[in-house]
Amino acid sequence: MIRFLLPLVAFIVLVAFLLVGLNLNPRKIPSPLIGKPAPAFQLQQLYESEKTLASKDNLGKVWLLNVWASWCAACREEHPLLVQLAKSGIVPIYGLNYKDKRDLALQWLDRFGDPYIVSIVDSDGRVGIEYGVYGVPETYVIDKTGVIQYKQIGPVTVDVLEKTILPLVKGLQG
Amino acid sequence: MNLILSLEFIKNHRQLVTTWLRILLSKRQFVLLLTILVVSPLGWTKEAVPVSENPEIERRMIALSEELRCLVCQNESLAGSRSDFAKDLRREIREQLIANKSNKEITDFLVARYGDFVLYRPPLRTNTMLLWFGPFIFLLIGACTLIIYLRQRRKQLEEVALSEEQIEKAEEILKRNSDGGNT
Repeated sequence: MIRFLLPLVAFIVLVAFLLVGLNLNPRKIPSPLIGKPAPAFQLQQLYESEKTLASKDNLGKVWLLNVWASWCAACREEHPLLVQLAKSGIVPIYGLNYKDKRDLALQWLDRFGDPYIVSIVDSDGRVGIEYGVYGVPETYVIDKTGVIQYKQIGPVTVDVLEKTILPLVKGLQG
Repeated sequence: MNLILSLEFIKNHRQLVTTWLRILLSKRQFVLLLTILVVSPLGWTKEAVPVSENPEIERRMIALSEELRCLVCQNESLAGSRSDFAKDLRREIREQLIANKSNKEITDFLVARYGDFVLYRPPLRTNTMLLWFGPFIFLLIGACTLIIYLRQRRKQLEEVALSEEQIEKAEEILKRNSDGGNT
């Protein structure tokens, strides 16, 4: 009996491992920055190039940092949702225009709408490295004390927004 | 050797070769091709632009980035990937090397931002125990199974010891058979 049961059990265990392993998304790498202070930056603004925005300017409020670029196709996917979220006024969204060209970025916002309070320019991707950006779009939820509470890699979906981001934001604001 | 072979080839297939040459020479493109072949090495050859002035820095940068995973194209190292992401990180590593940082400081910098996943050699931690020791556990299981199996088999072999009577009988049968085979 054991002769036949043992291979069967081994097979079932293998299948279970494969089922779990193959359903994991290899693109989702847990960020070591969650729970840590958001890296400081002081960057030029996209619209008013003579002005800058520093990360410490946002201390005291819960905000989203959305990394986007005009060359990024997946950004277009999440964009309507961000515009809608911005209109609702629940949480301010700041844009990090990542490795982009200014005129293309402006055109893009003109065409698809601008959900950002301010977009800042990271043309050579250095602040991106500080934030561990590797797949645009990425969205960070940063709390009142400037600590990263959540990182969304890839486009924000309705599901993620309603089940994860909004409850988290409300908890942090309250 | 090659020259002799090709000369022999030409001798043996004279007609074929001359036809080829005639076709080629009759075409204006061939002249163009020849011109390009002659001219292009002069126009295009250029020394590969060194990315850093210091070859030692460059060597260290490549050695280090071969140990690091490109997160965008995960089966490639930072050294081997052509993605923008890898390019940026190589620049970062190069700058830090120039700033006299040690390899450990640089990998720590990257791990702090991208996690252990950037390392091709995962560090020994509680959640990587299975990764490090799993193969040895399987080896142990395999060795145990093999030993148990071999012991059982030996036991089975011992059980088939023949009695005196059986040996006599077997010899008799063998004898009879060999006699029969001769006649």
